[in-house]
Amino acid sequence: MSALELRGVGMVFNPGATNEVTAIESIDLEVSAGEFVSLIGPSGCGKSTLLRLVGDLLAPTSGEVRVNAKSPREARVDRDYGMVFQSATLLDWRTVLDNVALPLEIMDIPHSERESTAREMLELVQLGPFADHHPYELSGGMQQRVSIARALSFKPSLLLMDEPFGALDEMTRERMQMELLRIWQETETTVIFVTHSIPEAVFLSTRVVVMSPRPGRVSELIEVDLAQPREFETREDPRFYGLLTELREALRKVDL
Amino acid sequence: MNERVRRALPAVVLFVAALGVWEGFVRVTGIQGFILPAPSGIASAFVREWPVLRSAAIGTFGSALAGLAVGILLAVIVGLAAARWKAVREGVMPLAVAANSTPIVVLAPIAIAWFGLLSPWGTISVVAVLVFFPIMINLVRGLRSAPASHHELMQSYAAPRRQVLLKLQLPTALPYLFSAFKVAAALSLIGAIVKEYFGGSQDRLGQYITRKAGLFQFEQAWSAIVLASAFGVVLFVVIGLVERRVMSWHVSVRLRQ
Repeated sequence: MSALELRGVGMVFNPGATNEVTAIESIDLEVSAGEFVSLIGPSGCGKSTLLRLVGDLLAPTSGEVRVNAKSPREARVDRDYGMVFQSATLLDWRTVLDNVALPLEIMDIPHSERESTAREMLELVQLGPFADHHPYELSGGMQQRVSIARALSFKPSLLLMDEPFGALDEMTRERMQMELLRIWQETETTVIFVTHSIPEAVFLSTRVVVMSPRPGRVSELIEVDLAQPREFETREDPRFYGLLTELREALRKVDL
Repeated sequence: MNERVRRALPAVVLFVAALGVWEGFVRVTGIQGFILPAPSGIASAFVREWPVLRSAAIGTFGSALAGLAVGILLAVIVGLAAARWKAVREGVMPLAVAANSTPIVVLAPIAIAWFGLLSPWGTISVVAVLVFFPIMINLVRGLRSAPASHHELMQSYAAPRRQVLLKLQLPTALPYLFSAFKVAAALSLIGAIVKEYFGGSQDRLGQYITRKAGLFQFEQAWSAIVLASAFGVVLFVVIGLVERRVMSWHVSVRLRQ
């Protein structure tokens, strides 16, 4: 079964007004369960808009989005989405553990189960010892790991990530990428990942969607046939370089 | 503890120095007592008048606190509704602004006419009207100040509105609320004393000050003013302590350490 299906999806902001903007136009895409798909493209290509359409934070003005054979709204109400934003969006007044437990609290999971699940998730992102700290005591990378743990805590089938590592330094970023892949394999979630970074898209994904701007469209799909699991050495693989070049060429084409 | 003493030191030194200068100024210039009484004179009047002051203060502070409680309750109810419904917000705001612009000097006689000269509700209602506005305004602003990304996060969990209010909006509003409480605490004393100044039981600070000023007993009048200020400071400190406990996570509290 496909985890995500887009049929002729378009999004027009302020339709009919003088500031009308066509953010994306006639997008078709199908993502199978367990895939790791990156959306990449120049600024203004609508990749974040597309992610928000999938996550039911926006409604498309044309076409249809199906998530696990449901409407995005039904999927959201069924808690199919784990969202990770560019900023960690942690609640300052809650401890790390309580931040991870937030979605479970909202979903009325009993207290003891909530706590054990949240601890388990913190172990998964290797922040167990920081359970009782507050977000302000953590570095940016650690905060982002907390937000990933929080997104995974209720075992959503779809992880929607909007440039989650955009604000991190290169070394932290590479470490987080490894961690994300490990988690992806352990949890068997489907990931839709928005990024600006060519190496990040190649290293993480099973497939890369290249988008062109004004209006945002899918211009190319690139299969990433690197061996799984990806490792530190993957970045030194000649095939990795080959794919980097291929993706860079594809992006140059859409930017012209 | 040492750290606390060190932090309180500048305020204490300044206070003592100001008293010293004041006392010296009055003695050197021989200025008349009804214009500016000496601190020593105020202190001795305070001790002499303590039984009367104490009884008057209990009445006044009681009304101020009751008015503060009523005002907070109303402001929270209206504030929650105004943050939730745009129509309420647009309907209530002009009225609230109008009420806020009405001088207490006008409210006092109206409250006396409504509730009777001796009813504590006269004072309570004046105080409640006075503190309502800053609390309501700050609560609405605080409830609406959570970043859009946090709202989207809650939306992605399909969180019911009540959960969004309890887990996101109210905690975000806390810093705003505590600022408003500090302003309102001072206003409650001003409101109570001004209302009493215009009329009410004799056994109240406002009436005590009017009476003593009328008799040119300014040292006594000043001693009542000092007592009211001291209570204002106590209220402020108590609110500050609660704030620090409740919001230990907040920048304003953390950076004070």
